[in-house]
Amino acid sequence: MIGVEHYVVVSSILFVLGVLGIFINRKNVIVILMSIELILLAVNINLVAFSAFLHDLTGQIFAMFVLTVAAGEAAVGLAILVIYFRGRGTIAVDDVNRMKG
Amino acid sequence: MIHVIAFYLFAVMTVASGAITILSRNPVHSVLWLILAFFNAAGLMILVGAEFIAMLLVIVYVGAVAVLFLFVVMMLDIDFAELRAGFVRYFPFGALVAIVLLAEMVLGIGAYRAGSLTLGTPNGTAATPAGASNIEAIGALLYSRYLFLFEAAGIILLVAMIGAIVLTHRQRGGTRGQNVDKQNRRRPEEATFNVKPEVGKGVQL
Repeated sequence: MIGVEHYVVVSSILFVLGVLGIFINRKNVIVILMSIELILLAVNINLVAFSAFLHDLTGQIFAMFVLTVAAGEAAVGLAILVIYFRGRGTIAVDDVNRMKG
Repeated sequence: MIHVIAFYLFAVMTVASGAITILSRNPVHSVLWLILAFFNAAGLMILVGAEFIAMLLVIVYVGAVAVLFLFVVMMLDIDFAELRAGFVRYFPFGALVAIVLLAEMVLGIGAYRAGSLTLGTPNGTAATPAGASNIEAIGALLYSRYLFLFEAAGIILLVAMIGAIVLTHRQRGGTRGQNVDKQNRRRPEEATFNVKPEVGKGVQL
C-alpha cells in the first residue's frame, strides 16, 4: 500500500535534484529557473500528499498559492533574463556582479 | 495493485524527467522534460484524489509557464555550449550539497518512521464534506475562509504581470508612433489654407 512516506521520498528526491540543478548549471540562468520550478513542484507534491493523507484540504489550498507565486516568479525572472540578455548579449550569470547601479 | 503500479510509474517518470531536465545539454529539451515531470506529478496528485491541483498544475505549468520558458529559450540567441563550460567543475560541489541535503531528508523520514515524531492531527474543519467532490470542497474553503489570501494571490499575479511588462517594455527611438495629443491640437485653420491660382501659373506652397 502506498503511504505518505512514498510521496515524501519522491518529493525529496525531486527537491534534491532541483538543488543539484542550481549548482551544476551555474552559468545557465534558464536551467536555474527550471530547477527552481522543480523545487516548487517537490514542495507541491509534499503539500498535496500530506493534505490527502491527513484528510485536510488546507495543504491543497496552500499548494495553489505556491503555484501562484511560482507562476509570478517565472514571469518576472524571465523578464529580468530578457533585459539582461538585451544589455549584455549573454545569459552567463557568473559575471552578474559586474552590474552597477 | 493497479494503484501501486501507477504510483511507481508516475514516481519513476517524475524523478527521471526531473534528472534529465537538469542534465540535458539543450535547454529546449530541458523544458520538454520539465513538462513531462509536471505531467507525471499531476498523475501522482490524481492518485491521492487531489484532482483540482493536478489540473491546475497541467493548465498553469504546462500551458503557461513551460510555454513561457520555451518562448524565452527560443527567442534568445545563446551559445549553449559556452554555458556548459563549468559543468564538470561545479558537479562535485553540487553533488556534495545534494547528498548532504538528501541525507538530512532521509534522517527526517527515518525519525518519523521510528515514531519519535507525530504528525499534527487536523481538527476536521478543513476536511472534505461527505459527498462533496474535491473541487467542490476546495471552492467552498477557498471562497470562505481563505478569501483574503485568495485575493492576495490575485494581487501577486497582477504585480508580477505589471512587473514583467515594465521590465521588458522598451521605448524604441526612430519609430513613427501616433501622437494623439498633437493630432487633437491640430485645427483646420492652421493646417489648411485656400489659394486662388491664376490661370497658367503654378502654386507656390
